Amino acid sequence: MKELKHDPHAVEQEEWKKRQWKERGKQLLTIASPVFILLLWEVVSRTGIVDARFFPPPTEIVGTFVSMSASGELFHHIGISLVRIFAGFLLGVIPAIVIGLFMGLYSPIRHFFSPLIMALMPIPTLALLPIILIIFGVGEVSKIVTIAGSVFFPVVINTVAGVVNIDRIYLDVATNYGADSKNFFFKIALPGALPVMLEGIQMGQAIALLTIVAAEMMGANSGIGYLIWTSYKAFLLPEMFVGLVLISFFGYLFSLLLRGLQSKLLPWR
Amino acid sequence: MKISMDALTKVFYKKGQSVTALEGINLGIEDGEFVCLIGPSGCGKTTLLRILAGLEKPSTGEFAIASSGQDRPLQSMVFQERGVIPWLTVKENVSFGLKMRHVPKAIVKERTAYYLEKVGLDKFAHLYPKELSGGMKQRVSIARAFANDPEILLMDEPFAALDEQNKFILQEELLSIWSETKKTVLFITHSIDEALLLSDRILLMTSQPGRINEEIRIDMPRPRTMEDVRSDATMTDHFVRIRNHLDREVQGSRT
Repeated sequence: MKELKHDPHAVEQEEWKKRQWKERGKQLLTIASPVFILLLWEVVSRTGIVDARFFPPPTEIVGTFVSMSASGELFHHIGISLVRIFAGFLLGVIPAIVIGLFMGLYSPIRHFFSPLIMALMPIPTLALLPIILIIFGVGEVSKIVTIAGSVFFPVVINTVAGVVNIDRIYLDVATNYGADSKNFFFKIALPGALPVMLEGIQMGQAIALLTIVAAEMMGANSGIGYLIWTSYKAFLLPEMFVGLVLISFFGYLFSLLLRGLQSKLLPWR
Repeated sequence: MKISMDALTKVFYKKGQSVTALEGINLGIEDGEFVCLIGPSGCGKTTLLRILAGLEKPSTGEFAIASSGQDRPLQSMVFQERGVIPWLTVKENVSFGLKMRHVPKAIVKERTAYYLEKVGLDKFAHLYPKELSGGMKQRVSIARAFANDPEILLMDEPFAALDEQNKFILQEELLSIWSETKKTVLFITHSIDEALLLSDRILLMTSQPGRINEEIRIDMPRPRTMEDVRSDATMTDHFVRIRNHLDREVQGSRT
């Protein structure tokens, strides 16, 4: 043992092993927190510390989930909500990127648009839902427009900030090497703004989920939001919790997908 | 005359205050000449370079870069270390100027490959700048400028951020590429040794207002090495002379 202590390689190997254990410990903690909450919930609900009618135990929620999926009804709601989210997301993100890039690159355009954006941004799109319903009717379009409206702002603002904060020297390089406006747009502004822009898209994704639930609570007869709302009104709380868990699941999934996309789109980072 | 400047003056005006960065610069640079510009910090040498690079407009006065009549850009600049675009690979950075000018693809490919090999980065062509050392980034910057095949090259303290060893290596590499193309170069530096090694002519600038008040011809035969420069008696005299000039300028600006 004493001999081992004097071998620097062995000492460092020991240190390395300890660090590996610490890393594994951290991973374990990440998994531990949701598991702990679920267990706690199960126990307090089963033992009657909290009212099981309002907080049904997680196992019961899982059971409800299984029987709802068996009837196929659940997938109908999920499918409809996902279509609305994707359509609304794209309808918000694409114009936001285009307008944001123009605003970032050309200061007259920025000065013209930014008061409009600053003034409109604080208005929750949901508060405009009655007007949106009047204009677009009670069909799918009004839900998609509602989501697009709330996704638009974080993306446009982050895109402008992304372009404005590109290091001046890259603009000088592009000017010096004779880039035309098309190349400025696609070779400098778009890739340079992309990291900050993606942060905005990440925010927009979270907002899209918040919005879809609320929008479906008000003017819809299908979707996850509708499911949550009608289950609540009928006092079917396990069903309501299934809806809530689904929203949380999709929020997490989309975040992971966007993180993956981020490392694909930004190999230079 | 490859580059000619006539009474070039630049004043920066901001909130009622004006600063004369450059005053009455009259200068001619011959075709194929390597000229270094030395002066204290803030003497306007970068401003002068930026005017020639088309990044800044002179307040008054004129300059001209003679065209050789071929399809070439007038000038290309080698920026300081941060000038390599991080979202483009080494290869895309080197071909940047050619692509911006819509040069035929085959030529872009050929010239990019040639200069990547010249600066020893052919194996790193597909890496992003974040994976490169400071010296390698500057090689990218140099290759980008030479690949663009401009009438003249402008260099803004390209080696200032490098450590001593890398600086020597890159200086010699630059000289070897330059001797092949014999481009006209205007080079800004803080380093007297660097200027002595590289230049045909050294211009000394005063600060605020920035003027060129002295010039030194370096007749030492090429190829030169840093050892030659350090051991040569005339060069030592030049060194002292430039050093004294800089000291005077720095002292002058303090009082």
